[in-house]
Amino acid sequence: MTGGPTPSQTVGPFFAMALSWPDGPYVVQPGTPGAVWLRGQVLDGAAEPVPDALIETWQADADGRFDHPDDPRGAVAGFRGFGRCGTDPSGRYAILTRKPGRLPGPHGTLLAPHVDVSVFARGLLRRLVTRIYFADERAANDADPVLRAVPAAARGTLVAERADGGYEFDIRLQGEHETAFFAV
Amino acid sequence: MTDVDQRHPLVLPPGYRPVDEGADPPLHFPWYGSTTLRGPAQPLVPLPQALTELTGPLLGGSRVAAADADLTRQHPGEPLGQRIKVLGRVLDGDGRPVPNTLLEVWQANAAGRYAHRVDQTPVPLDPNFTGTGRCLTDSDGNYEFVTIRPGAYPWKNHENAWRPAHIHFSLFGRAFPQRLVTQMYFPGDPLFEHDPIFNSIPDPAARQRLISRFDLAATEPSRALAYRWDIVLRGRYDTPMEEQ
Repeated sequence: MTGGPTPSQTVGPFFAMALSWPDGPYVVQPGTPGAVWLRGQVLDGAAEPVPDALIETWQADADGRFDHPDDPRGAVAGFRGFGRCGTDPSGRYAILTRKPGRLPGPHGTLLAPHVDVSVFARGLLRRLVTRIYFADERAANDADPVLRAVPAAARGTLVAERADGGYEFDIRLQGEHETAFFAV
Repeated sequence: MTDVDQRHPLVLPPGYRPVDEGADPPLHFPWYGSTTLRGPAQPLVPLPQALTELTGPLLGGSRVAAADADLTRQHPGEPLGQRIKVLGRVLDGDGRPVPNTLLEVWQANAAGRYAHRVDQTPVPLDPNFTGTGRCLTDSDGNYEFVTIRPGAYPWKNHENAWRPAHIHFSLFGRAFPQRLVTQMYFPGDPLFEHDPIFNSIPDPAARQRLISRFDLAATEPSRALAYRWDIVLRGRYDTPMEEQ
């Protein structure tokens, strides 16, 4: 009947009309204990800022749990887990959240804390997916099977550095130090 | 290898199948100039679907008021243009309805201009039309908006470039892999063959899935024409991802 999934099309330059939510950047309320800012800049292949990108984040809570019925460990309510922020004229975004906890992974392993990131923009005909890992989780990162599967030269592009009030994570769409992107 | 209990392996629910070959547009498409500096040059790294990917934001009712689905009643007066209903179902790749999922839409006005400061197309804004809406699907996956038919508009991609009339859609589905941002078109638009964004989808049959169809039975006599458009999100594998 349908013949397959509906194809993706670009978000275009005018999405902010509909997709900018006043509470979008606040996965947690300001003042929440343990809240950290995830901040960064989106840059194109000419190292120019991308002022019309949309960044979305999805992550576990501080205990590594999700408010979702498909989590076989059961849903834990109370943490939205989702952040959304359009970039400003200098290509910057900022999302206030809590650092996620570790998650169970394949064969009894533990995954390093991570945040899944979607990038939408004019000029992207479909979304890009990347991940934020945290520089202060070095041992966990070294053992993480997803991070280990990323070519060594690009692994560092997925690690957010400690910065004032949280972490800094730039997204380079193309060119030198291009961010590693995933097919999910 | 670690301190995690090996006797109780985590059984993950079924993962999400990829979109079929040719149905998703590429990241580089020279005809659409903006892809040149924005599409990554390196190959994508396969990401096994684990807990973070098998879940996703279920953003429900508190974000949506009933009036949000009628774009013609957001101002004191009525907008100019052909009044239409846009309706359909949200399904997964196996034909199952996706209930209670958030849809967000945005579009140009009847003259072909967005109520966005960056859009300086030299046609009028409509003080009675913002062009944004949202709704949730019902328990059977149905959605419905009332709006006006957007105008086609010129853009600067190439000499005398025009976008076919379209409405932007954003959907979350049930989990992270089902997230979809796309555009709905209207049947018979003469601009299709001239539009790089529409034609970026390699498979011509898949392109057709972005085109709504006129639905006489769904029209409101003396008030609104109707266009029906079903949206299909990625389907799931049959079996759980045991001991991943």
